[in-house]
Amino acid sequence: MRPFSYQRATDTSSAIKSALKIAPDRAQPPVLAPGQYLAGGTTILDLMKLDVMRPQVLVDINPLQQSDRASTIEVGDKGVRFGALVRMAQAADHADIRRDYPVIADSLQLAASAQLRNMASLSGNILQRTRCHYFRDTSWSQCNKRMPGSGCAALEGVNCQHAVLGADDDCVALYPGDFAQALIALDANVEVTGINGNRTIPFAGFHRRPAGSPHIETVLSPGDLITAITVPAGPWTRRSLYLKIRDRESYQFALASAAVALDMDGDTVRTARIALGGVATVPWRAREAEAELEGQRLNESTAAKAAEAAFVEARTLKHNAYKVPLGKRTLTRALLAAARMEV
Amino acid sequence: MADWTRRKFLVASSTVGGALAVPVARGDAAAGAKAQSAEALAASGNLDMTLRINGADHRVSVDPRTTLLDTLREHVGLTGTKKGCDHGQCGACTVLLDGIRVLSCLTLAAMVGNRAVTSIEGLAAGDGTLHPMQQAFIDHDAFQCGYCTPGQIISAVACVKEGHAESAPEIREYMSGNLCRCAAYPNIVAAIEQAKPRMGSA
Repeated sequence: MRPFSYQRATDTSSAIKSALKIAPDRAQPPVLAPGQYLAGGTTILDLMKLDVMRPQVLVDINPLQQSDRASTIEVGDKGVRFGALVRMAQAADHADIRRDYPVIADSLQLAASAQLRNMASLSGNILQRTRCHYFRDTSWSQCNKRMPGSGCAALEGVNCQHAVLGADDDCVALYPGDFAQALIALDANVEVTGINGNRTIPFAGFHRRPAGSPHIETVLSPGDLITAITVPAGPWTRRSLYLKIRDRESYQFALASAAVALDMDGDTVRTARIALGGVATVPWRAREAEAELEGQRLNESTAAKAAEAAFVEARTLKHNAYKVPLGKRTLTRALLAAARMEV
Repeated sequence: MADWTRRKFLVASSTVGGALAVPVARGDAAAGAKAQSAEALAASGNLDMTLRINGADHRVSVDPRTTLLDTLREHVGLTGTKKGCDHGQCGACTVLLDGIRVLSCLTLAAMVGNRAVTSIEGLAAGDGTLHPMQQAFIDHDAFQCGYCTPGQIISAVACVKEGHAESAPEIREYMSGNLCRCAAYPNIVAAIEQAKPRMGSA
């Protein structure tokens, strides 16, 4: 690991100042900025050991846990507010979240190991970076995400774990997370504070598709600090679940996953909220599938038709074509299971 | 040499090895950044801290890059906690912070603060009586090579205390972050089932 200066944040504004102490190149995305925040450490310390991330200043924001609702989960009539430093396990085990927002609890529960869930913060989790081997292994000279403009070794390489949706010739790296699929399905928002004050970013606009600049992964600017994640209430949140299909039964990234939330009138779908994981470059809302279902009776045939619609845009590589039928079956099964839930 | 046990010998040699290994590791890390890294290192300097480990305070002075795992093994001489993958994938380095299980390889020593660290060396009673989980691992032969065992035992203690050891499937799910390449998994599950009712307030 390269040397860095370790700073301990005392409050939000001092944290931002510390992170910007070495002026970042404004043209560069925050992941390449010299100042980085340290919360759980489960992504950044891993990537620093691999020499993929090379911050010169690491600002430990864990002392902020004591202040500013940073570690609280507030559940009310209008929805949920998760403080940015809530740990994954804390949200996954929360009784109200388990009852009223099971898709959120499931997505966290099925992610990582018990140890990692105790460590990783929710705000860090949504910034988790891809597991693409060509990104993580610096001996590969081509990676547009790691070294902008160098090319993409995965296109002609071993690409069985790569994206079939939202990918292009610049980057096919998979967004690896689970929680984000629940958030995008439920129209969550991200609250951010930065040098220019506070703002709220709709989760659907938080991550960026590769589109010519795969190294720019989110709309955040250097110094931006996530303070909370909010999820609005809705009649679909109780009938919701996260289904994750993996090579191992536990502690593995998704080959395909589906976050589903349904508002039903008998066996007819009033509203469907659907997101897909393990198949796309960014958290992926499947609005085409939702449109197929709304006003329809939910059965095996309509669920399968919705799943077909979700993958119309899919583009496969040499080794990842299996993700299309697997993704469709995963979504079909998730929809039928959600319809059977007792709420 | 008569009272030299294998463990004492290993601890002594690892302390010597550690003293040699630290500057070597620094040299490796600095190789890429050359002179620039030397400046940054001088500017940031070592961090002095007191860590509460297994009930005793330990004063250490470490480079900011030092993980809790390397601090335990190379600065405090507690080599029971093992380094497997060093990337948060295998669970061999699991320790407790204020009773919560975490991976010491992805925790900087600087992040620990005043939280109490419990490593495998802190489980047995003062008179040497093994913790019920340690005894259960022996009773059930829940290891072969033993390398993952300290992490397995620490993780298992937390698993029981969290209330996540109510059934064999639940134990398997909540212990999935601890890999065992000898595949002693059935024996590990059996050991945890034995230890659970015996743990009480231990």
